[in-house]
Formats: sequence, structure tokens, C-alpha cells
Amino acid sequence: MYILDVRELTKHFGGIRAIEDVSFKIKGGRIVSIIGPNGAGKTTLFNCLTGTTRSTKGSIRFKETEISKLPSHKIAELGIARTFQNIRLFSEMTTIENVMVSQHTRVRYDFLSVITRSGGFKTKERSIKEKAFEYLEFVGIEDYADTQADSLPYGSRRRLEIARALATEAHIILLDEPTAGMNPIETSEVMALIKKIQELGKTIILIEHDMKLVMGVSDRIIVLDHGVKIAEGLPDDVRNNPMVIEAYLGSETNH
Amino acid sequence: MLLQQLINGLTLGGVYALIALGYTMVYGILELINFAHGEIYMLGAYLGIIFLGLFTVAGLTAVSLPLALFLTVLLTIIVCSAYGFTMEKVAYKPLRNAPRLSPLISAIGVSIFLQNYVMLTQGATDKVFPQRFGDSGLQFLNVNMTYLQALIIIVSGVLMLSLHLFIQKTRVGKAMRAVAQDKTMAALAGINVNGIISVTFIIGAGLAAVAGIMVASYYGLVNYYIGYIVGIKAFTAAVLGGIGNIPGAMLGGIILGLVESAGAAYISSEYKDAYAFIILIVILLIKPDGILGKNTEEKV
Repeated sequence: MYILDVRELTKHFGGIRAIEDVSFKIKGGRIVSIIGPNGAGKTTLFNCLTGTTRSTKGSIRFKETEISKLPSHKIAELGIARTFQNIRLFSEMTTIENVMVSQHTRVRYDFLSVITRSGGFKTKERSIKEKAFEYLEFVGIEDYADTQADSLPYGSRRRLEIARALATEAHIILLDEPTAGMNPIETSEVMALIKKIQELGKTIILIEHDMKLVMGVSDRIIVLDHGVKIAEGLPDDVRNNPMVIEAYLGSETNH
Repeated sequence: MLLQQLINGLTLGGVYALIALGYTMVYGILELINFAHGEIYMLGAYLGIIFLGLFTVAGLTAVSLPLALFLTVLLTIIVCSAYGFTMEKVAYKPLRNAPRLSPLISAIGVSIFLQNYVMLTQGATDKVFPQRFGDSGLQFLNVNMTYLQALIIIVSGVLMLSLHLFIQKTRVGKAMRAVAQDKTMAALAGINVNGIISVTFIIGAGLAAVAGIMVASYYGLVNYYIGYIVGIKAFTAAVLGGIGNIPGAMLGGIILGLVESAGAAYISSEYKDAYAFIILIVILLIKPDGILGKNTEEKV
């Protein structure tokens, strides 16, 4: 079943066409990579999918819901979460607090129980914390639970961002260059982590420049160039598609 | 003498701190100096007089004074919070993406509006708090702490501690901190940013309401312009502690109260209002980000 259905999505910034008539469908539980040269519109696409940027036109359907006009927090509540290319953590909070924040929409409580700090409230707060710790364990940074987020090592900050996205209990996780700035060993660890997330039944959309990673984990690849979708298919098809090669290397007639 | 000034200073400082929290919380989240916040405190003082007056007429104070006072405080908090909530929705929310000067001017407008609104509806003359608490109190070590002073110090302390726990420990408190640090990211984590901003205004107004009632009962008199000078001083307290920093506002308020009462006692009470600003200038020269403020660089 398709979990995400994007149709004729367009985003203009003034005269710049960041995304032009992009359509694609994504099946639940898959890992789909979005690749393309710099400035292809990949991050803008993520911004539109999460409500950070309002699309100029087109529709985005998540399950049965049209989300292109919804505010970010509603989209998060429905089940789409993301990470950023340039890591964005709540740097003045501890690692575990960063994850606890993400469970905001998943726990309901009433105001009275907070004022009185009654049993129900304490139990809920404790269960949030336990759950947050499980997410930290899942990505492998539980030892840093009480460390201030901005003093984490680089790789762990990336992992924390992923843990925070998972903690929203999203169905779709958007990862924006999760291996940027990492060495090959760290990259292969992230690759394993992405597979592990897929095993949870999540759908993953990945923006990535590391072709080895992309070819290794993707079930499907979408190629953007100058805001337009130029190819889509299985990794092998995309690898051998002349238009993709041209977008990356330039056309031979130009030389 | 010194101990006496300490008690007077703590009383005053607790009140400043409660109001300063409203300034600092709003600044932390919106980077807006809500100049109309002092007026919420003034409204709190008036509403306290109005509600307690009503209960006196209704005969409730004769039956149970503590119950009447409790209901007065509760109703005042509710009405002031409603004012705070409405203020944000009407005067600041439409300007969320405007240049930073626009909401500031809007805030000054709200302040002038509220002062004149109270002057027109309540009159320009002083109003008297309907209940006198007298000078009886605790005598120890040659000092006199009235029961009202003790109550003000305790209430301020309890409210500040509750707020601190609320912000550090609860889900909504964490959401408030998240919104203060990165609104876009907070929204992506599923936090309703506008909702959290409203909560911030409601809490700030509630604290100012309590401060208003306490001052009205302490001095016995209120006027429509009391919010101005106290507002400026509480804002000074917030800057002193490091604007945007919640423990800083508490500390700044208490320091300000202590300095003011010590200055009035040992130097001259003529310059009572000047001490606050002298200490502000000194702190800004030595540590421009305030006592607990961090060195913040402009976001890129």
C-alpha cells in the first residue's frame, strides 16, 4: 500500500523554481533514497513534506490525509518526522530530554494532575522517560543520556537526531544526509541503523550523497535535478540511466 | 536594622521576581519585550480589590476571611490570565513575522491602552484595598516581620519553586524550553508552538496577578499607573539576572528588592527608585548578559 502520494508538487521561491511538478508514490516499509546534485531541491522537498515550507501547488497525501496545507506539528502528530543535514538539537537540554520532547503529542494528561503532581502524572512522566531511554538504546547512545546535547560527539549527535525522530512514533522518517561528515566505518554503522529502523516497520526517505550507502540500502531511488524528477526506479536501473549519469557528470557533448 | 531591611527587601524582591518572570519567559520564547506586562500586574491589583470588595459586600469575608482571600486570588489569576492570553492573540500574534520593532511598538500601545482603560472605568484617584492586615506579626531579634510580609515571602518562594519544577520536569515545561530554543524544530517534534506561546503568556500573567494582589494588600493603595514603574523595575530585574533566563529573573528580582530597601534605609529614601537603575548600569558594564545570562551570539 502507498503510504505517501505526492502529486505535481511545486515550490517557487520568487523566480526560482526549487521544485517543479514532482510526483511520486512510496510504499509503506520501504527505504527510498532521493538523490541529485546540489541544488536539486532535495531538502526543499523535505521541507514541504514536513510543513516547514508551504508548497506553491500540488498535493501531498499521507495515508488518506492531505497534508500539504497542515502546520508542522500536525504533520508530526500524523506521523512524519525528520532529521536535518546540519544537525538541529535542543542544545541546552540533555540527550534524554531531547528525546522526551518528541513524545509530546503521544501522551495526554490533564492540567489538574500536573498541579497536584498526582500519581497518574508521575507515572506518565516516568513512562516517557523509560521510553526515551529505549530509543537511546536503540540508536546506541544510552551512555550519554544525561549529557548536555551540545557536548555530544559528532556521530552521537546524528544518532540523537534519529532517536528524536523515532520518538515521535512517526511512520515515515526523513533522513537528510545522515552520514554527512562521517568516516567509512561510521557510515556503515549508520547504514546498519537505517536497516534496523526499517525492521521496525518504518518507511524511510533518505537524502544521501554517499552512493555506496544509497545503492546498499535503497529499495527504490528517486533522482531530482534542478527541481525536476528525472528518474525513478530500482537502484540498478537508476545507476545505468543515461539521464542520471548526465545530471551527475555533465553530458558528453558538452566536452 | 540590617535584618529588618533584609525582610523588607525580600518582600519587595519576591514581588519584583514574580513580575520579572513574565518578562523573561516571553523574551525567552519570542525575543519580545512585553512592555504591557506591568499593566497585567496593575490589573491584578485592581481585580483583587474588586473581587475582595464584592466578597465583603456579599458577607463572605465575615464568614471566612481566608476563603474570601483564596477565591479573590483564584478569580484574579483567571481574569488576568485571560487578559494575557488575549493580549498575545490580538497584539503580538499577527506580528509574529514582522520586523522586531513592530511588536515592541504594539506592546507599548497595549500598555497605554490598558492604563487608560482602567483610568476611565475605575477613575483616576487611588483605590483602597478593602482589608487591612495591621502591623502585628512575628517579633524576633529586634525585628518585626508582619504576617503579610511573611505571607508574601512564602507565596513568592512557593510560586517560583513551582514554576522551576514545572519548566524542568513536566512535558509542557520541556516543550516551552524546546520552543524557546528552536521553534521550527519544536514544531517538527509535534509541539504546537502557538499553544505553547499562549501557555507562556497565561503563566506570566497569572504570576503578575498574584504580585498585584500582594502589593495592593501590602501598601493598601493602588492607582492606574502603578504598573509603569513596577513594570520597568521588574524588567530591570529580568535584565539584571540575564533576560530569557528564568532563575536569573528570580535572582534579579530579589537582588533588586534588597538593594532598594537597603539604599532607602542607609542612603536616602528620596532616591528609592534610582537604586534599581544604578545597579542595572553597573551590571551591564561588568557583565552585559546579566548575572546568569550566557554570552549569546546573534543567530546566523
